[in-house]
Amino acid sequence: MTDSNPWATSQRSGSNLADVLERVLDKGLVIAGDIKICLLDIELLTIKIRLLVASVDKAREMGIDWWEHDPSLSSRGKRELEAENKQLRQQLGTPERQLEAENAQLRQQLGQAEQPKEVPT
Amino acid sequence: MTAPRYVYAIGRALDPADLAGLVGIDGAEVHRIAHRDLVAVVSAAPADEDELRARLERLDELAVVAEAHHAVVAAVATQTAVVPFRLATIYRDEHRVSELLHQRYEEFAALLDRLTGTVEVGVKLYVEERAPAPAAPSTSGRAYLQQLSQRHRRRDEKWQHAAAAVERVDSSLGALALDRSRHRPQSAQLSGAAGDNVLNAAYLVPTGRLTEFTDLAERLAQDEPALRLEFTGPWAPYSFTEPEHGDQS
Repeated sequence: MTDSNPWATSQRSGSNLADVLERVLDKGLVIAGDIKICLLDIELLTIKIRLLVASVDKAREMGIDWWEHDPSLSSRGKRELEAENKQLRQQLGTPERQLEAENAQLRQQLGQAEQPKEVPT
Repeated sequence: MTAPRYVYAIGRALDPADLAGLVGIDGAEVHRIAHRDLVAVVSAAPADEDELRARLERLDELAVVAEAHHAVVAAVATQTAVVPFRLATIYRDEHRVSELLHQRYEEFAALLDRLTGTVEVGVKLYVEERAPAPAAPSTSGRAYLQQLSQRHRRRDEKWQHAAAAVERVDSSLGALALDRSRHRPQSAQLSGAAGDNVLNAAYLVPTGRLTEFTDLAERLAQDEPALRLEFTGPWAPYSFTEPEHGDQS
């Protein structure tokens, strides 16, 4: 690393996919955006990754897709993760739907209450 | 008609030529959306958001998207100060990105002011595994228990010592850096890295003091024989994008 051009050494001695993931998933400016990619899914994944991280570069060097060989992230593991995410989304979804129904009901009641006032004279 | 845009980062003083040839997610060409002196670095977003969401739930695909995101941020960071965005920030169209730059101009400008002329350096400290001292053949149950409790005591001492050493290194480096941020230690189990990761930190360092910083880190690590030092980066300042006055949308 030199002061004149800190980027000259693109060689990141100890960095690996985990270092990249923890930055792009956990750090970086959070702006809501228009299209919601549910962070719940991603956060859940990060937790899993934390348990497994870091051997990617090494594995790739050795020609191994490590996630294929890791029992908790093998295709079966992936399916489980997807199912788990789906379940969590559903759990989150249920109260939301209940809330919506409740809101609709309240709006209706309010509407009824307001109606008399709105009767034109 | 909408043409969704994936936003990688916000920078300043970027010419279209600076982004020539740069590709992002799914090989989409990277271009800029400017507002006053601010520039959003964007590309076409994957058209199918459900598909993207599904992809991000698969680790191999997530890795591809993350590397693509990071590659664009890293390339732009060599040209100008940037505020890196978190993965998968997507707007309906270019107009909405312009609006974002317009609405939050002051905040982005202040962040860029703070980050101009700095780099993020990752510092990881490991406690090396040392083979336990060979146990003398125990002559009795009592001797065995004594050995066991001694081993536990040594391990506790080792961790206390390591924790104190980490604090010393972190506070010295923090004094030289403009800011610091701690990440969660990475799991040793599958990292392949020798030893236990006891510090996984990032420091915001003035570009002109980078060598001074890394030299200091190396000196500090030499003084702590129990610790092994590892640098990562320099990175775009991912870990220092929290606006100083809080307030995030």
